[in-house]
Amino acid sequence: MNITEKILARAAGKKRVEPGEIVQARVDRALFHEKAGPGFFENFESLNTPIWDKDKVVVVADHAIPPSNVYSANCILETRAFVRKHDLKNFFMGKGICHQLMAEEGFVKPGLVIVGADSHTVTQGAFGAFATAVGSTEMAWILAKGSLWFRVPEAYHILVDGRLKEMVFGKDIILRVFGMLGMDGATYRTLEFAGSAINELSIDGRMAICNMVVDAGAKNGIIEPDAKTHEFLESLGVAGGEAFRSDTGAHYAKTFCLDASRLEPQVACPDSMDNVKNVREVENVKIDQAFIGTCTGGRLEDLRYAAMFFRKQPVHPDVMLVVTPASNRIYKQAITEGLIKTFIDAGAMVTNPNCGACGGGGMGVLGENEVCISTASRNTKGRMGHVSAQIYLGSAATVAASAVAGQVADPREIL
Amino acid sequence: MIIRSTVLAKFGDNIATEMIASAAFVTSSKPDDLGRIACKGIDPYFVEKMKPGGVLVGGKNFGCSSSREWAPVALKAAGVKLIIADFFARIFYRNAVNLGLPIVECPGICQKLQVGDTVEVDLEKGTLKIPGTGETLKISPMPLFLIRRLEVGGLIPELQKEFQKR
Repeated sequence: MNITEKILARAAGKKRVEPGEIVQARVDRALFHEKAGPGFFENFESLNTPIWDKDKVVVVADHAIPPSNVYSANCILETRAFVRKHDLKNFFMGKGICHQLMAEEGFVKPGLVIVGADSHTVTQGAFGAFATAVGSTEMAWILAKGSLWFRVPEAYHILVDGRLKEMVFGKDIILRVFGMLGMDGATYRTLEFAGSAINELSIDGRMAICNMVVDAGAKNGIIEPDAKTHEFLESLGVAGGEAFRSDTGAHYAKTFCLDASRLEPQVACPDSMDNVKNVREVENVKIDQAFIGTCTGGRLEDLRYAAMFFRKQPVHPDVMLVVTPASNRIYKQAITEGLIKTFIDAGAMVTNPNCGACGGGGMGVLGENEVCISTASRNTKGRMGHVSAQIYLGSAATVAASAVAGQVADPREIL
Repeated sequence: MIIRSTVLAKFGDNIATEMIASAAFVTSSKPDDLGRIACKGIDPYFVEKMKPGGVLVGGKNFGCSSSREWAPVALKAAGVKLIIADFFARIFYRNAVNLGLPIVECPGICQKLQVGDTVEVDLEKGTLKIPGTGETLKISPMPLFLIRRLEVGGLIPELQKEFQKR
């Protein structure tokens, strides 16, 4: 069995599972935020049953906080009321994006089954956990019962070998994979990443890769845990978990090979995540806004690389740059390292950690025909604001380079 | 579960939930409010077309991108009785069934059906009949427990039945 199959088998109390099989799996962590919660609170209360295990529930107010409109404010109030009523201790308000906090606050371990009412719950696959997304209503089931049905996915093996060049990152790997698979190319699949280039990636880089698998339709993304994983978790005081490995001879429906040493900075062009090109092939696209943030690209490594550009040159006068660190921990460390001062001095607007501009909820909404380049994971029409707005997606280095150049730019040309 | 209805609207491939229920238009989570803005960015006449209640046809990867339940809630509130698509994105598939909105996967169907066509779908038998052409197509099988979920109106009615018995 591969690693995902092993985790699901163990969670379902079975010796073996096969792709296509439907299993009932015990859930180890249930996550929701203030936009998903209100969709199920009333329904859950109507069941008149306690939450199965409060210690396993994590609630985060992160999507639009501080709120910019009454709807968002009410979502936060309803979420706070639910947390108080059920005495949920694992509640975080305005401390960062839920998927970053899940990792930083020690809720993730290898081998766990993590289910969230948010697509990018898949990020935690970077730690060798089975992490997948469901909708709000399904969360009512999980809170009542502590388990959930899954169809065991077929797995694709994505082997990435070779050494990444300068200014090429995990984000570029996953964008290239998207270009290969297409927006629906991984529907219902596990994307399992392996190879020397994956091993070389930092935890930040691995999280960026697993984060985006949902946008090719995948059920989960996963990377086998290794010394780096354990070092990261130990630094947070997190022990335990079960580090499963895929068996030699484990079944994969398809294998894809990517040579990292030939990879260039990538950009996903409007209006879909699989419209991927080498950045240098995208010429003369002026941008109005640049956004560095989100659970995809707002980590410390992203901010460090972005800052390299802004130490040398300011933000282009025609560009509005918004920087939104993914968590308070990252924000504070970025302050200590002088990165935040660098961004501000260069002309950026630095906001508090939250989902921000990504989903069109605030802090960088796009207007009519506005062009934006972003470190986020999605560029569908209407994602960040007006349906006519155009969104390009790239690594933090690519976005920073573009913010300096005033147009979509290859980071290797600018630095 | 058998559904007989008429196709009132048809979209293509990769219809994202962001387009079905755009954050720009959402001001409340109430179904009626969401129903009013359903698919506004794709077709400004969608809500009008769906008013009598009927079938929405889509292509590949219907309901992709964000996991937001606003999307199937908006469609159901706007009058969609059944969505037929080549295939659905996985989170949307689960969300629609959980909300009691019947869905059918039938590869190639987007090419075959037009607005105005009537269809008859039998979820248990796994068939889709198009009386207009006399064709009977096979649909991708839905697990029986999910058909039962649709029959009782979704996951919450199912859970309420179970917990009220206790």
